[in-house]
Amino acid sequence: MALHKGRGFACINYPIGMNLGGDPSQALVHSTPDGKFMVTLSAIDLGQGMKSVTRQIAAETLGVPIEDVYVDTADSDTGPHDMGSFASRGTHRVGNAVIRAATEARQQMLEAAAEELEVNAGDLDTDGKGNIHVKGAPGRSITVSETAIAAQFNQGRTLAGRGIFLIPKSDVNDETGEMSTVTCFAHAALVVDLTVDDETGEVKVDEINSAYEVGRALNARLVEQQLIGGAWMGVSHALYETTEPYYPERDHGPVDFLGYQMPGPGEIVPHNIAILERPAADAPFGGKGPGEMCANPVLPAVANAIYNAVGVRCDRLPITPEKILRGIQANGGARPQARR
Amino acid sequence: MARKPISFTLNGNEVSIFVGESANLMEELRRNVGDLTPKHGCGQGTCGACTVMVDGEPQLSCITLAQSVEGRSIETVTGLSQGPVLHALQQAFIDGFAAQCGFCTPGMLMAAKALLDRNPRPSRDEVIEAISGNICRCTGYEPIVDAILIASGQSREVRR
Repeated sequence: MALHKGRGFACINYPIGMNLGGDPSQALVHSTPDGKFMVTLSAIDLGQGMKSVTRQIAAETLGVPIEDVYVDTADSDTGPHDMGSFASRGTHRVGNAVIRAATEARQQMLEAAAEELEVNAGDLDTDGKGNIHVKGAPGRSITVSETAIAAQFNQGRTLAGRGIFLIPKSDVNDETGEMSTVTCFAHAALVVDLTVDDETGEVKVDEINSAYEVGRALNARLVEQQLIGGAWMGVSHALYETTEPYYPERDHGPVDFLGYQMPGPGEIVPHNIAILERPAADAPFGGKGPGEMCANPVLPAVANAIYNAVGVRCDRLPITPEKILRGIQANGGARPQARR
Repeated sequence: MARKPISFTLNGNEVSIFVGESANLMEELRRNVGDLTPKHGCGQGTCGACTVMVDGEPQLSCITLAQSVEGRSIETVTGLSQGPVLHALQQAFIDGFAAQCGFCTPGMLMAAKALLDRNPRPSRDEVIEAISGNICRCTGYEPIVDAILIASGQSREVRR
């Protein structure tokens, strides 16, 4: 009996959103009478940060302080249509829709301000602090709040914008079968170090070192948090989670959180992350979607590390102690591979 | 089923309600009293989202008979902040991004408060032990452990 160290590597090219085109998201932006802006979406925030990142995108595009932007994701019955929060598509699809809606609303805001200042809208710019001024002449200015009041009470004008993002449909080439499946890929590479006990079959993940390429980390702390939490879920899927861990009867499976295995706070794996930024051309401010890619590469890296540690190749998840022990038995003992 | 009047203190305020014999504390706090901070996760005492403090001890309110808290002192997340001033734990959770979906957060906060009330400077292992009955699906736990250590006035580097 012995403890065997193993190291495994995996990398991933991760397609953002649904393949082959389509996959629409819509956004609506309108100003309230006091010059705040409301972004209405039907894509919801599951905790991944949809509200934070769309708020940042809207404020940046409108040229107003982030404090003056609200995001409402309340109800898919009353909001604009969206395919939903899944497939790591939120930042990319919804973010692009928000840019388009906010661009239209910004144009209307500048036109309303131009009418008040008696200049051309094209000569105006925002300072990001709630003011609109003539380019090169910061003294000739009007606040966003005054602009909204003038638009709605004097000019009879809305400050609003509509946005939709729709990926062009990808036709199949009849000759070759080729198609352009995805417009935006994120990437990651990951090294897992772990220890396998060849007597009990238990695995302890010692450390994860990873590099995730996310286009641009629009909110750096949120991205890091999402990656850490997602990688935890990857470890959980690799080694613990299943509804059918037992045999021979399905009835022996877990029916609640006492029987359904997940790593707890005592199994925290130290995880060092390098976030790489290569902005994508068709992504909002270059930001792709970390989403599911946080977890995916962890699973093959763990499987590879277990092979490296004891020479057992498991192709069914999760890799439970039982599967490892059966593999060691079939091999006539642990067969540690060359250290990498 | 006989409904019985009970009185207890909730975050320092006297509360009197009628409860059935089999009623659990979580449902009574949520539906009868209107304190929605104890969350209904599993409803069978395995996830920790409904954790409240009863006489200073963390307790799973979904498997606590409501009639058993007669005369006792109950604390929930509602009582953590003083007006607009957040409790140190709440502030540390926000600053440390210790919540994503937030569903486990009230239970985590109460488990952590019970720990810090009896052990103001816990070790990392003691923090882990204190929240080991609380399931989080989003964060991987590390930001939560760090936040609790920081709320106790220690660095996140506190060793086991």
